[in-house]
This record gives sequence, C-alpha cells and structure tokens, in this order.
Amino acid sequence: MATGTVEEPNRRDFIVIAAQAFAGVGAAVALWPFIQQMNPDASTQALASIEVDLSPVKEGQAITVSWRGKPVFVRNRTSQEVQAAKEVKLADLVDRSARNDALPENTPASDLNRTKKGKENWIVLVGICTHLGCIPKGQSLNDSRGDYGGWFCPCHGSHYDTAGRIRRGPAPRNLEVPTYEFVSDSKIKIG
Amino acid sequence: MAGHESTYQPKSRFERWLDERLPIARMMHAQFVDFPTPRNINYLWTTGGMLAFFLGVQILTGIVLAMHYLPSANDAFNSVEAIRRDVNYGWLIRNLHAVGASMFFLAVYIHIGRGLYYGSYKAPREVLWILGVVILLLMMATAFMGYSLPWGQMSFWAVTVITNLFSSIDSIVPGLGTRIVQWLWGGFAVSGTTLTRFFSLHYVLPFAIVGVVILHIWALHTVGQNNPTGLEIKTKSDSVPMSPHAVMKDMFGLAVFMVLFTWFVFFLPDYLGHADNYIEANPLSTPPHIVPEWYFLPYYAILRAIPNKLLGVIAMFSSIILLCFVPWLDTSRVRSTKYRPLYKWFFWLFIITVIALGYLGSKPPEGVYVFWARIFTAYYFIHLLLVLPIVGVIETPSPLPRSISEAVLGTSGGHVTVGAPSAPEKR
Repeated sequence: MATGTVEEPNRRDFIVIAAQAFAGVGAAVALWPFIQQMNPDASTQALASIEVDLSPVKEGQAITVSWRGKPVFVRNRTSQEVQAAKEVKLADLVDRSARNDALPENTPASDLNRTKKGKENWIVLVGICTHLGCIPKGQSLNDSRGDYGGWFCPCHGSHYDTAGRIRRGPAPRNLEVPTYEFVSDSKIKIG
Repeated sequence: MAGHESTYQPKSRFERWLDERLPIARMMHAQFVDFPTPRNINYLWTTGGMLAFFLGVQILTGIVLAMHYLPSANDAFNSVEAIRRDVNYGWLIRNLHAVGASMFFLAVYIHIGRGLYYGSYKAPREVLWILGVVILLLMMATAFMGYSLPWGQMSFWAVTVITNLFSSIDSIVPGLGTRIVQWLWGGFAVSGTTLTRFFSLHYVLPFAIVGVVILHIWALHTVGQNNPTGLEIKTKSDSVPMSPHAVMKDMFGLAVFMVLFTWFVFFLPDYLGHADNYIEANPLSTPPHIVPEWYFLPYYAILRAIPNKLLGVIAMFSSIILLCFVPWLDTSRVRSTKYRPLYKWFFWLFIITVIALGYLGSKPPEGVYVFWARIFTAYYFIHLLLVLPIVGVIETPSPLPRSISEAVLGTSGGHVTVGAPSAPEKR
C-alpha cells in the first residue's frame, strides 16, 4: 500500500501546488491596481513648465515661485556672495555632487556647475530642505540665513551656503537645481 | 485562566435557548464577571479599562465629525471651523475628539510604564506585550493622520516632515525613497490628494485597533493579569472575581481621569495644540518652529539628536520597535521592580529620560538642547540594550513574598529567598 499509492499523491500535490500558484499570482496581479492608484496620476505628472520674469529682482533680492507644487528659490546674488560661493573648496563640502538636474550625477558641486555660465549672479533652487522637506529661511531680507549666508532650515537646523550647498546640519544633499534655461536676458523657463 | 469554570447560569428560557446555540453570554460572564483577578492590583491597573473607554470615545466622536468634515484641500480647514462654530454641539464633539486623542496617549503611556515597572512583559506575557506595541504603532499612525485633517500649517508641515522620513531610504537604494514618498503623497508635494487618502485611512485604522485590542484581551485572559508582586495566582484566595471588585476600581479610576479629560475639553480645549494650526496650510511657507503634538515629542527629539538623516530615522523607529524585544532583553528572574533594588534606580532614570526627551523635542534644535538630546537619546538605547540584560544578571533581588495573599495580608511564615516556589517566571 505504501509503495502503490506513491503516484496518486504526487498528481494531487501537483494540482494543489499549481492551484496555489495560480491563486497567488492572481492575488498579486489583483493587488497591483490597489497599489498603483496611489501614485501620482498623469495629470499630476504632466510636467508643467513656467516662465519667470527676473527684471524686478534687484541685486541681493530673491523671489519664490511655485513649480509643480514646490517652491523654487530664485536669488540675484551680490558679487560678494558669488565670490564666497566660488572660494569654497570642494573638500569642505558635505555633498560633492552638483545636484543639477541638467548635469550628470557625478558633476562636482562647484558654484559654476550650479549656475549658468555668464549668469553666475542668478541661482535657481528647489526650495525644499533635503532633510525632511521644510522650506528653508533666507528668501526675505530679514530672514536668518544661517552660518554660511545662504539659507537656513529652522525645522532641524540645516545650514546652506550662497550656492545652496549643505554645509552643516542633518540634511544629506545640496538643494536641487531644477532644469531651467534663460529664454531672454531677464527671463527664465523652469522645467 | 482561560480554563476557569464559568458560574454562568441561564435564568430565562430565552437565555437557555441562546446558550445552547451561541454561548456568548456564558463567555462574557466568564471573562468579565467571575474572571479571577489578582486581589492586590492597584490603580495603575485601571488604565486598561480607560484605554478601552477612550477608543470608544474616539470612534463615536469620529463618526460624528466625519458627518460634517470635508476632506479636500479647499474645504477642510473651513469645515473644521464650521464644526466648531456652526454645527450644533460641534464644539463639544470636536473638543472631545481632539482632547480625547491626548488623553488616550496619556493613558497608554501610563499603561506601558506600568508594564515596564512590574515586568508585565515577561514570560508568559510576551505575545500580550507585543500586541500592545502593535496597538501603540497603530495608534501613532492613526493620530498622525488625524492631525493632518484640520489642514492648518502644523498639519501640513507635520505631514511633510513625517512622510519625508521615508526619503531617507534614498541613501540605501537611490531613488526608492523618493518613489515611496511620491506614492504616499500621490504627487510631487503634499496636496489635497494626500489629505483625502489620509482621511480614508484615519477612518479605518481605529477599527483595526479594535481588532488587535480583542487579541490583546484574549492573550491577557489566557495568561492572566500580572499584579504588583509579579507572582502568579496560586490559590483561590489570591484572586477575587473581576466583578464587582476590579470593575468598581476601574470605574472609580476612570471617573477621576474624566475630571482631567473634561477639564481640558471645557476649559483648555486648545492648550494641547498649536496656535499655528489655526493658520490655513500654505505649501510655500514653513512655520519658523514646527513641533509635533506632545505625545510624539520624545521620538522627535531622538530623530533630531542624530546628525545623519538615515540614522536619525532608524533610531526613531527602533526606539519603538525595540520595545518588542524587551521580554528577551530583560534577563531578571523577578518580574516586579518592587523587588529589584538596583534596577529600580535605572527604571526611574529611564522615565526621566523619556520626559526629558519630550521636553527637548519641543525646543529648537540648537545649542545646549542638541547636546542634552544626544545624552538622553544615548541613555534611552543604553537602558534597553545594556541595562536590562546586565542588571538582570548582576542584581540580587529582595526576598519575594510566598504568595499574593501573603503580600496583602502580611501573614508571614518567614520570607523565602529567590528561587524555589517564588520564581513562577520560568514556565
């Protein structure tokens, strides 16, 4: 009896395993729409680009514009601020990647790589702290700009320099530079 | 405990008829009327009943609030104001719900502290304890999502900061953290889409809590209640029937706690919140000083104490997850800290640590506050990972009473040293 019934359970085992596998795959497939429904939909993803007129922004001033629901900082830096940003040695930086969406990942975080050539006084940044997403202070003139003269995130104490690079505090990365271009001398297109 | 005989006697014909078909009245009688309760439990044992009460309050008031609340970015803030000003008794129901959340956490922290002091996590109560940690996590998720619903500045930025915790995964798998965060948000930033899904989850999670609470009570009634001596019930004289003894004690404890609860509801309904949350959410401006609700402050202090983003997030989550392992981290043969002369000091140091972290979490992350947050964060983990195992081994516990009855009645037949019949922990 023990040897005679070996074939039969094997057939049944196969059917059971096949049925379980079928049900498992079916359940996984059915789960997918329930996960995917939470992702940003096409209308959210449709990448809107905006044009920003820079002419009213005087030297030393900054404006914040909204792009894809995120704040974008545009600052017209003074020559001292540009100078300060250029003099920083790469070795002193926490994050040495430029974090410029228009440039490859491993580009060094020099001031030149975070601005546009010939327009170095303008810095354009996604104004979201790379730590936990607060909006750093430093856009209005009476804000605290932190120990490096750029931006300071009051939530958890991250200090950014005048090129938006993280210098001290818990934030792991430099502020992101979005893709943008100068469409005229005093107008940029973000996105 | 589970096997004790119920004295239930169906009285009417209907009760007999039902008892033969669904013995629910028999079960309720066995579990909540003549259930053997240690005769020496003190008022700290009334927190369990309070927690069940507050879960009921939150569900009842929450269902009513959902009848008036509008979960959209445009309407949420104003609908909460309308509940407070226009809806009949809306002010009362909203205050009961908002203050109820704080009282729920106050009671749960006392409940957890009691468990830690009297060793209620030790064998055979490990599963009971872990289910409790699961309930705590579900409560935290529910409270966090509930806090987002008024859509004020604190709501908005709390959601931003906490959901961004997951972006720290980017430093392990680049891009994965960002994808998870965008999946949670349903966009590239926190928006009305996020609010709607949080409302849906905030409504359903309390029912999940009810489910785990039933398992928690089931586990409790399988192994029996712990008590201040940490000894098991050995004879009939060690216990009293739950009703009326423990039930009356629960009612009195709850009545006293209700004084505190209603004081806040009627006189200080906004005291435990933040003024900034009466400014409507503005995605382009972070309030200068954002802090979570008081019951999250210790974890927030741990998060900020560590200067590395990923490690900060890991430390914060593990501060709670580690509690699951306490039954095995504590090596002492004695349950109750009452009989642990050395550990007693460390226990109170741990309580001071948690309170200090709460205070530091409410302060800006600079200067001396960061220094002390690091000291206390270090002790939090040292306590759980080093003090619990080491003190349990090197400490000589005080003599234990022979039984619960002896501890209560003082009929001492001479003390016994630790070991022989007084170590029921080794099952």
